[in-house]
Amino acid sequence: MAPADPTADGVFPPPRFDPGSGQWVQMLSRTGPQREAGLARLHDLLLRIARGELQRRSGQLRITGPELDDLAYQVAADALLAIVAKLGQFRGESKFTTWAYKFVIFEVSAKIGRHFWSNQTVPMDAEDWERLPGRFGADPAQQTERRDLAGAVRRAVDENLTPRQRKVFVAIVLNGVPMDALVTELGSTRNAIYKTMFDARRKLRAALAANGYLNDQTTGHS
Amino acid sequence: MNGWTALDRFLQTDPRDVGCGEAMELLHVYAELAATDAPVAQRYPGIAAHLAACGPCGEDFDGLLAAIRGTAE
Repeated sequence: MAPADPTADGVFPPPRFDPGSGQWVQMLSRTGPQREAGLARLHDLLLRIARGELQRRSGQLRITGPELDDLAYQVAADALLAIVAKLGQFRGESKFTTWAYKFVIFEVSAKIGRHFWSNQTVPMDAEDWERLPGRFGADPAQQTERRDLAGAVRRAVDENLTPRQRKVFVAIVLNGVPMDALVTELGSTRNAIYKTMFDARRKLRAALAANGYLNDQTTGHS
Repeated sequence: MNGWTALDRFLQTDPRDVGCGEAMELLHVYAELAATDAPVAQRYPGIAAHLAACGPCGEDFDGLLAAIRGTAE
């Protein structure tokens, strides 16, 4: 369904929903038993989605059984709170349930990010550059290639990145910290961390191309 | 693929990439269209570019698509 267009006077008309979505919004917008029933029904649906998503990503969590199910309940409860708080922002661009599932998916990602630090310790200032070639699948037998690659990238990082870009690059690339875990650690947002990495990648590629390590147009060692 | 090729691929950036904020904002719209096999990457090239480059957002997209498909009647 297309988003509503503003009328000539710039005022948005009330959103038009498909029948199923309209029922959800109506139920959740009321007070009393109908709303309570709607909340309970939505919670059951969110719990089902949370269980499925946690199961799908269970390899990143290393928890199973009752602990995983407890987490599913937490995800469903937190997603339900967020959905109720943002109900007025639902514009009918998708089914209501699709929009609601998105909150579950985001909650799962955030919880996996926080969970990372509960069973791992990564010193944020550690810089083991010998790990770098392995991160990009360089052949362990190709010692010259590994040395060249690590040395060239380290120089490009030293000469081109800001301290913030370096910190993020080192955490993600050298130390293998997942982006959502880094978001938690730095009290940042996924968008901000991604933008920092995006700018760092662009700078590093330009520097490595300028120094003849990468081609401007194509891939591979020049 | 040698280490240089993988490094180069990692460092490539797509100027159409809209970033996590916009991709997350429209993920429900994008995923619902994708679930119907509509040419969603043509309609939202900036989001498609982002999901191809951002592991966490790509993971969220996969999860949302799985949720939609798993509950489709």
